[in-house]
Amino acid sequence: MLFRSHILICGGTGCSSSRSKDIFAAFEDGLKTQSLDKEVKLVLTGCFGLCALGPVVIVYPEGSFYSKVTPDDVREIISEHIVKGRIVKRLLYEETVKQDGIQSLNETNFYKKQLRVALKNCGVINPENIDEYIARDGYKAYEKVVTAMTPQQVVDEIKASGLRGRGGGGFSTGLKWQFTKDAQGDKKFVCCNADEGDPGAFMDRSVLEGDPHCVIEAMMIAGYAVGSDQGYVYVRAEYPIAVQRLQVAIDQAREYGLLGKNILGTGHSFDLEIRLGSGAFVCGEETALMTSIEGHRGEPRPRPPFPAIKGLFGKPTLLNNVETYANITQIILNGSKWFAAMGTEKSKGTKVFALGGKIANTGLVEIPMGTTLREIIEDIGGGIPNGKKFKAAQTGGPSGGCIPAELIDIKIDYDNLISIGSMMGSGGLIVMDEDNCMVDIAKFFLEFTVDESCGKCTPCRIGNKRLLELLDKITSGKGEPSDIPKMEELCQYIKDNSLCGLGQTAPNPVLSTLRYFKDEYIAHIEKKTCPAGVCKALLNYSVQADKCIGCTLCKRNCPVAAISGEVKAVHTIDPAKCIKCGVCMEKCPKKAIVRR
Amino acid sequence: MKSFAELQQIRERLKNEVNQRENGEADIRIVVGMATCGIAAGARPVLTAFNHEIDVRKLSNVKTVQTGCIGMCRLEPIVDVITPDGKKVTYVKVTPEKVVRIVAEHIVNGKIVDEFLMPANS
Repeated sequence: MLFRSHILICGGTGCSSSRSKDIFAAFEDGLKTQSLDKEVKLVLTGCFGLCALGPVVIVYPEGSFYSKVTPDDVREIISEHIVKGRIVKRLLYEETVKQDGIQSLNETNFYKKQLRVALKNCGVINPENIDEYIARDGYKAYEKVVTAMTPQQVVDEIKASGLRGRGGGGFSTGLKWQFTKDAQGDKKFVCCNADEGDPGAFMDRSVLEGDPHCVIEAMMIAGYAVGSDQGYVYVRAEYPIAVQRLQVAIDQAREYGLLGKNILGTGHSFDLEIRLGSGAFVCGEETALMTSIEGHRGEPRPRPPFPAIKGLFGKPTLLNNVETYANITQIILNGSKWFAAMGTEKSKGTKVFALGGKIANTGLVEIPMGTTLREIIEDIGGGIPNGKKFKAAQTGGPSGGCIPAELIDIKIDYDNLISIGSMMGSGGLIVMDEDNCMVDIAKFFLEFTVDESCGKCTPCRIGNKRLLELLDKITSGKGEPSDIPKMEELCQYIKDNSLCGLGQTAPNPVLSTLRYFKDEYIAHIEKKTCPAGVCKALLNYSVQADKCIGCTLCKRNCPVAAISGEVKAVHTIDPAKCIKCGVCMEKCPKKAIVRR
Repeated sequence: MKSFAELQQIRERLKNEVNQRENGEADIRIVVGMATCGIAAGARPVLTAFNHEIDVRKLSNVKTVQTGCIGMCRLEPIVDVITPDGKKVTYVKVTPEKVVRIVAEHIVNGKIVDEFLMPANS
């Protein structure tokens, strides 16, 4: 029997942290009370993407998109919508509300321009139920590969698709598979990099949480293609939901005979294990990741030899990122031509981005390569909140750079981003508005990399530290004009001489802000001011005498008693005592306090 | 251990169910009035009967949707069949027995069941 309704509740990390599990339990309970539990299907899914509106509940077949649901709302949804067919309008995502009913989700600005390939099943199926994955053509690509294709044909198909590594480097996936296939070795490994460490990035987490089987199936296909019978997924321990769902998926696949020896009688064997990372950013670098899987301290080693020749335990190893794998099954099922038809000339397919920062629709989006930054920010992202002006977008996390407002019409693909000094990166996209200080942003990312440097090579360990000290000096008002060329020289030195990707890319945020926002650096150094009003050491608060009415509010709220003045007389701030917390400015009813 | 044939069986069995979670452009929508009046007149078994027929016949492009009261409570259970071209046909006083014929004649073969339609002057 078909269910009359499907209630999909987001079980991604974002919605889980705002009690989606309680909402699930409330639905379970409520449906039982109304004896509808046999007629209505409850599904805890992966991420729907619109995390800003979480927790999200979608009811099909109507496709009603309920946002910011609380467990207390559940009773109303059941008694009104499920029992009587009356959609609870007050909870609907406002963009889906139309005068004559509701508009399909796919018609909303957030979803309209998206194209879901890697996220096809995310938010549609129950990730802990292998049957639902199978119903969405799951494990069909594997069947096609082992029954009708030779390993070389598989590699050729991936090559022809033009798929490039989604972890950030953008290397041709097909070539990587070819190198590993051609390498000589009695044992080979297939690894998955799920050590997503960029601040603000959560694409890989969402794929593992919402559709773990698609990664497993792709790794099985990779195993068949390169001649490996053992795989490892290296995933951060900070992703407990992803780890748990992946483990459930592996167990279910094993139970069905899809993992193990002689899979479904085909003669092909492949098994998979999870290895947990302990939070070191450098372990997302491929050689450090493999060193960590081997049980050693996660430090990179020089390349060549590349992992395809000498990788895990000294054996030929294929290492791809989660999102790269998430594309594989569909390339096999729909053909390389279908995939290559999407995107731009040299960047095929789609890319998932984690939208964050100063943007209305925080969340997960998947767009065809070649979509402009403007479309992502203004249409899909819903623009900058509070009427502020867009200043720049940061891509590629601590290894990437920023795209300034004047380049908002750039078509997003690997090569365009590199040409403007940024990079695709794994897919974090942090939006900044006029209140963000670019020097401070560069400092933020550099602080992160200095913290995460493993310390093995000197350029990265000491060079980045010195670079950070220069930034510190500038933001605290002690910068000198000679600091800028000094920084530029140091950046180049670090890039040229560091051992691994972490160090080689660490100066990028500094270089790209210097390239597009040099005037802000100069303002910090020469005028000793922070144009965005962020760097505390450069700020001064003062009372405008003509506006002050002497209400004493500022004086009473100042935490350090830096303000003096009598009732109905003009107040003054003592800069020596002021800690620049900004409380006085917030409290002043006449906007008499200015920050310069 | 399963076989590829068994995986295909799982696929066929569940495909229709999982596809309910996406709205297709080419869907035929069956809208069942499920307000208090509809439920009292027996709309729930009608809805169940539609779902049963869709399932048995593996009609992947047909969706059942509930709606509230449209004001003609004496004619409930009321069912609208909306085809992709936007045409709406309204059946009244529907029963699970009538459902079988509506699905077989209208949904599958495209022939409206005239005798179940709303009377012209009501």
